[in-house]
Amino acid sequence: MKTTITILLTVAIMAVGQAAVAEPVKIGMITTLSTKAGYLGEEIRDGFQLAIEQEGGTLGGIPVELLVEDDGRKPEKGIQIAERFRTRDGAKIFTGIVFSNVAMAVVPKLVREDVVYLSANAGPSKLAGDGCSPNYFSVSYQNDNLDEVVGQYVSDAGHKNVYLLAPNYPAGKDHLAGFKRYYDGEIVAEVYTKLGQADYAAEIAAIRAAEPEAVFFFLPGGMGINFLKQYAQAGLNETIPVYGPAFSFDERILGAVGAAALGVKNGSQWTHDLDNPANIQFVEAFRAKYGRTPTLYASQGYDTARLIGSGLAAVGGDLSDLEPFKAALSAADFDSVRGNFAFGANRHPIQDLYIREVVQTEDGTFTNQTLEKVFSNHVDAYAESCPQ
Amino acid sequence: MLFFVEQSLNGLQLGITLFLMSAGLTLVFGIMRVINLAHGSFYMIGAYCGATTMAATGSFLLAIGAALIGAALAGMVVEVLVLRVLYRREHLDQVLATFGLILFCNELTRIIWGRQPLFMDVPPWLGGSIELLPGLIYPIYRLAVIGVGVAVALFLWFLFSRTRLGMQIRAGAENREMIGALGVNIRLLYTLVFGLGAMLAGLAGVMAGPIMAVESGMGEDILILTFVVIVIGGIGSIRGAVVGALLVGVVDTMGRVFLPSLFRIVFSNAYADSVAASLASMAIYLLMAAILIWRPRGLFPAHS
Repeated sequence: MKTTITILLTVAIMAVGQAAVAEPVKIGMITTLSTKAGYLGEEIRDGFQLAIEQEGGTLGGIPVELLVEDDGRKPEKGIQIAERFRTRDGAKIFTGIVFSNVAMAVVPKLVREDVVYLSANAGPSKLAGDGCSPNYFSVSYQNDNLDEVVGQYVSDAGHKNVYLLAPNYPAGKDHLAGFKRYYDGEIVAEVYTKLGQADYAAEIAAIRAAEPEAVFFFLPGGMGINFLKQYAQAGLNETIPVYGPAFSFDERILGAVGAAALGVKNGSQWTHDLDNPANIQFVEAFRAKYGRTPTLYASQGYDTARLIGSGLAAVGGDLSDLEPFKAALSAADFDSVRGNFAFGANRHPIQDLYIREVVQTEDGTFTNQTLEKVFSNHVDAYAESCPQ
Repeated sequence: MLFFVEQSLNGLQLGITLFLMSAGLTLVFGIMRVINLAHGSFYMIGAYCGATTMAATGSFLLAIGAALIGAALAGMVVEVLVLRVLYRREHLDQVLATFGLILFCNELTRIIWGRQPLFMDVPPWLGGSIELLPGLIYPIYRLAVIGVGVAVALFLWFLFSRTRLGMQIRAGAENREMIGALGVNIRLLYTLVFGLGAMLAGLAGVMAGPIMAVESGMGEDILILTFVVIVIGGIGSIRGAVVGALLVGVVDTMGRVFLPSLFRIVFSNAYADSVAASLASMAIYLLMAAILIWRPRGLFPAHS
């Protein structure tokens, strides 16, 4: 009897001890919350946090702690934050970087360590191709996926020639390359503008003079707002249609562009009106919590969190050996808000890509509406060059 | 030919916006000898005040009023709280302090208005385009911007050369101690001048609101161009600001438009486009370098 009690007590003490030792799994989120682009990081973080809250502070039943820091869009700051999360906090799961230049500074070095990085936005071509790593997953896309789908759509729509516009920096050229990969008509001109340019009157006058059948532009953030407003004021939106990737048409940018974006068709992997149960509950919960419609960035943050949850559940929260965790992540066994979702050999999404259209709702706000699915189970162009 | 005229108008309009910005900046430097990096923040404050007022009332004129008042008040508060202690310090201290103000203002707008850009539309009575010449269609709003800029230039000319206040300001720029000894309240005068400079920046901001994104940090993009303008024009000179702004506006626009076609004569299309793009973004800096070699103190140096 005495022995039994002793054993029971020991077990009880050990159990209590274990519960106290089982600290939450730390997830390091390096993202952009300040600068003009600060709302992008805010969306990713809010989407991610929503997933944790819905599960009562856990992901996949495993308690997690989300560490968030602002990289200010600066690569060197991103590197510092990642180092701090890894060495000081002992985080093994990382996510959150918005911009490709920050990702290219942080990720290749970080994934050489025993950690996993899951991208909730930036998807530079290098990391999808010959710079891919078994420790790196992109939950969002490869950067030019959203341009490829527009290229295909503009070809299908029968526009025989198109005028291209992007800022003069590496990502600008990548995005136009994505468009050209699937567009089979003639390129009237390929114009590279200053990064951060505010006034597009000169370019718009040149477009009017060139009389193309369509315009494709990649101008993220404020540049896109400036261009769309000025394009509409010049009256060109009535004669020459513009197309672009979703980056210039998320719901928060549309609020600042207003009617100037009405009817513009843009490419995306997700829209809030996609009809699947996971998405319907996500959009509803996001609106209830934050009082706004989620953007694609929020959906990517949410998906990333839920994917991590599926991985944690599969290994019971044990990250001492990351191999089983990574194997579970590769299986992508979670209900993505995008519906179809699987990882390719380079751990980038194989997913459907859509064309959507900017419409005005009954309460006067502007939003996107899914128009048609252009690609099913689309694989990015760099997957082949990722060594296995 | 029509294309050339249209692009000249675009250059003129960009130049006018730059003039509104640089007039205030050069005024403050010429009279108070203060380098104010936070000038772009007054531009942003003007745009935010304007966009908020327009969203609330729907009136563009009220929006302009709110922008002028908001920016001028912000300017005077900054002058009293921050710059007064810096007049006797070195330029580097002023640069550091006003750079800090940029960060402060950007963060403050983010706290007050949130992270996403605001919406501001062209008022209906300035919307649409008119046919200036047969085949030359130009947005009315941009013509209005040009008109406002010309009016401000005339107003400044009148203020400085025809009014008592202008005379005192000019005298203050020449000799601070002397005008103080003559019984003019120089502190108040400086606050007013700084408020006027901020107000002009606010006007530029609210006029830019309907054509550009109203967002935190919007002032920095235009601030760099503004500094180029006042360096070209001669720091401290309003006349220099007019000429410098128009030069920069026209050269920048023309470079963007005509360099690609120029290079296409010699090179293949894709190569020409990328070379022209790089060269076009350098054009105004090349212009600045050339002018500084020719006239190291700018075109119209204020104090020779």
